[in-house]
Amino acid sequence: MQTEIIIAGFGGQGVLFAGELLAYAGMDAGRVVTWIPSYGPEMRGGTANCTVIIADEEIGSPLVRNPQAVIAMNLPSLEKYEPLVRPGGVLAVNASMANRTAVRTDITSVGLPANEMAESLGNRRLTNMIMLGALLARLPVLSLESIEQAMAAHLPERHRKLLPDNYKALRQGAAAVS
Amino acid sequence: MAATEQLVYERPHSLSETPNSYCPGCTHGVAHHLIAEVLDEMNLRERTIGVAPVGCSVFAYNYFNMDFAEAAHGRAPAMATGLKRLQPGRIVFTYQGDGDLASIGMGEIVHAAGRGELITVIFINNANYGMTGGQMAPTTLPGQKTTSSPYGRDVETAGYPIRMAELLATLEGAAYVVRRSLHDPKNIRLAKKALHTAFEAQVRGLGFSMVELLSTCPTNWGLTPLEALKWLEQNMLPAFPLGDYKVSPSLAGTRP
Amino acid sequence: MPRELLKGNEAMAEAAIRVGLEAYFGYPITPQTEILEWMSRRMPELGRVFVQAESELGAVNMVYGAACTGARVMSSSSSPGVSLMMEGLSYIAGTELPVVLIDIMRGGPGLGNIAPSQGDYNQMVHGGGHGDYHPIVLAPATVQEAVDLTVEAFDLAEKYRNLVFVVADGNVGQIMEPAELPAMREVKRATPEWALTGAEGRERRFLSSIYIDPVYEEVTNKRLQERWLEIQQNEVRYREYYLEDADLVVIGFGTAGRIALTAVRAARAEGIRAGLLRPVALSPYPYAAIDELAKRASAFLVVEMNAGQMLEDVQRAVAGRVPVDFYGRMGGMVPFPDEILDEIRRVAREPRAQADPRVAWLKRLEKVLPH
Repeated sequence: MQTEIIIAGFGGQGVLFAGELLAYAGMDAGRVVTWIPSYGPEMRGGTANCTVIIADEEIGSPLVRNPQAVIAMNLPSLEKYEPLVRPGGVLAVNASMANRTAVRTDITSVGLPANEMAESLGNRRLTNMIMLGALLARLPVLSLESIEQAMAAHLPERHRKLLPDNYKALRQGAAAVS
Repeated sequence: MAATEQLVYERPHSLSETPNSYCPGCTHGVAHHLIAEVLDEMNLRERTIGVAPVGCSVFAYNYFNMDFAEAAHGRAPAMATGLKRLQPGRIVFTYQGDGDLASIGMGEIVHAAGRGELITVIFINNANYGMTGGQMAPTTLPGQKTTSSPYGRDVETAGYPIRMAELLATLEGAAYVVRRSLHDPKNIRLAKKALHTAFEAQVRGLGFSMVELLSTCPTNWGLTPLEALKWLEQNMLPAFPLGDYKVSPSLAGTRP
Repeated sequence: MPRELLKGNEAMAEAAIRVGLEAYFGYPITPQTEILEWMSRRMPELGRVFVQAESELGAVNMVYGAACTGARVMSSSSSPGVSLMMEGLSYIAGTELPVVLIDIMRGGPGLGNIAPSQGDYNQMVHGGGHGDYHPIVLAPATVQEAVDLTVEAFDLAEKYRNLVFVVADGNVGQIMEPAELPAMREVKRATPEWALTGAEGRERRFLSSIYIDPVYEEVTNKRLQERWLEIQQNEVRYREYYLEDADLVVIGFGTAGRIALTAVRAARAEGIRAGLLRPVALSPYPYAAIDELAKRASAFLVVEMNAGQMLEDVQRAVAGRVPVDFYGRMGGMVPFPDEILDEIRRVAREPRAQADPRVAWLKRLEKVLPH
């Protein structure tokens, strides 16, 4: 039994970090996890994505063609990954960066204006946490508490002061789609 | 009066018992001897590790009585870097010819000097590739005939000699870079002094040191040993001026 | 040691440091640069040697010199850089020095790209440098394995005075997984009887790969070959998955091996009796294990991220007894599990004996590639 999640967006949208948080939370929960980025020229300014797998046995492929869940942080990511989500899976779309909603009806899709929500929290960089909260509201692989605990445990000391805002962003993201 | 014995010459301890196999009249033997004398006088033999090149002096490790490594062609300065970094208390020197140092090993020598690597380089410049039978080297003079420049080095197609001492002297990491010659006794004495100063620079941790030694290759030049010495004096000295190209101020006043 | 979430490249670097690495020499090249960067930060703070060389040529020859002292030394690079190192690696083999090199393989030939690949198999396993020598080649598929094999690499290098390569594709370098690092050990410089330390109160020594008299070069070669026989006896390593009753044996190493694992599980779920053999050491190769499997399986499928370089070793072991099929992606492309599952289904349906399975494979690949 395993859950695969792809998080995709532009470089700078916190895509890789959101994935790392999932991996940390999975590890701390005693699950088997992998986190793998797309690496390459695209990491220098273009699109970025990472694949996180959370499982109960040795993980084979760290890459999947048809993930169970996707966070699309922008329109190109929505275009690329919407067709790939496994039927019955979950797609969370950052509506601030996509001029359309998901069209598939065989998956659960949610859209929320994460950029504006982050700005109203006073920090544009919280967009990824809002989206992560939204995804986890519909994909019960890890609890919001476990993400918060992972953040508290693994965030470098110098970023600790950002913890309360990050918690708030996670919760607001979840609330927006519940 | 009874005759007393006076020791006027002793084989340096830094040389092994193995007779060298260099050609008659070749100045490699002189260069080896000078290095050995200097290491003896500085009492460094047991602390020294040499790195031999690929070229005529590929067997240098047979002739010196000290630890030695044999490098790939041109890579002696990199190998010496590894030896020295792991054993900063040891003295490490490379012994390299002009094909080895100024052609295939240009990258390694420039960066070893640039890093100020605490090694001493003895650079034998005899204006050709000796071991492979006298081909054109980066130091071959314009117009000089070799087995791979049979019409004489044509600077239009083969370029000009590279002056390594001048080139390396531009680098901040170099503490001592000089050119000497082995064509007569006076110059041989000056060469020995320079070798002493070069090792002194390493002992004192001042930076990279190199002594370029203009040398003869009678066999490949097609000359007798005496003619070869004269040819060096007449042709190489104007192209490769002797001199001190970089001397760290800390070395001022150093005398063997 | 607690398990931490570690990136493959950084985990290998830290593992080497903890088991007493004294010197690292390297040159930047993607996708292994994190190793160099990790070393540049950690080695100086521990008072150890780090040098960013002028090139891979410089790096490998610095390693060569440093290894002459008996210290634990290593370098790392990626495919084009490793090509450049081949000269030095042959010299190191000829001088019989313990050296560890990590190769994080990328797409090629030529400049290629920085995507994950297994295109260095032949270069690393079957030579690449000149002359008769055999490195030990270890191929991790997970971060924990990357850590463990890096540690083992040094022990093997020293035990046999041999080159040990840890080869991983870019995925293993970039992936993050929970892993446990070894405890920090104190650096203990071995001073073997061959090390160049200065001839203080002893006879001089020299280290060289030159034996100008062919008689002695042959003596040296014989010693190298005998050592290789011993290594073949002792150091075969592989992992088995679902092989007990397997009728169809999939063979893949590194990332291709773990992708195949996903496909094998899916095939099992469909009732296909598939199993996986994942070579962990590529050199020495698990010929005997494959020979045994060839006695009871009815077909093999080799999966690689290259054009079938390991395939030839599998064919050698199977020796024509049962069909050996092949599926590979090249040039930095990574297969998805469903591609391999399709291949397993196809082979299970119609195991065919083909002289060269690559003819049909290239045809099948046409459907996958863009036109």
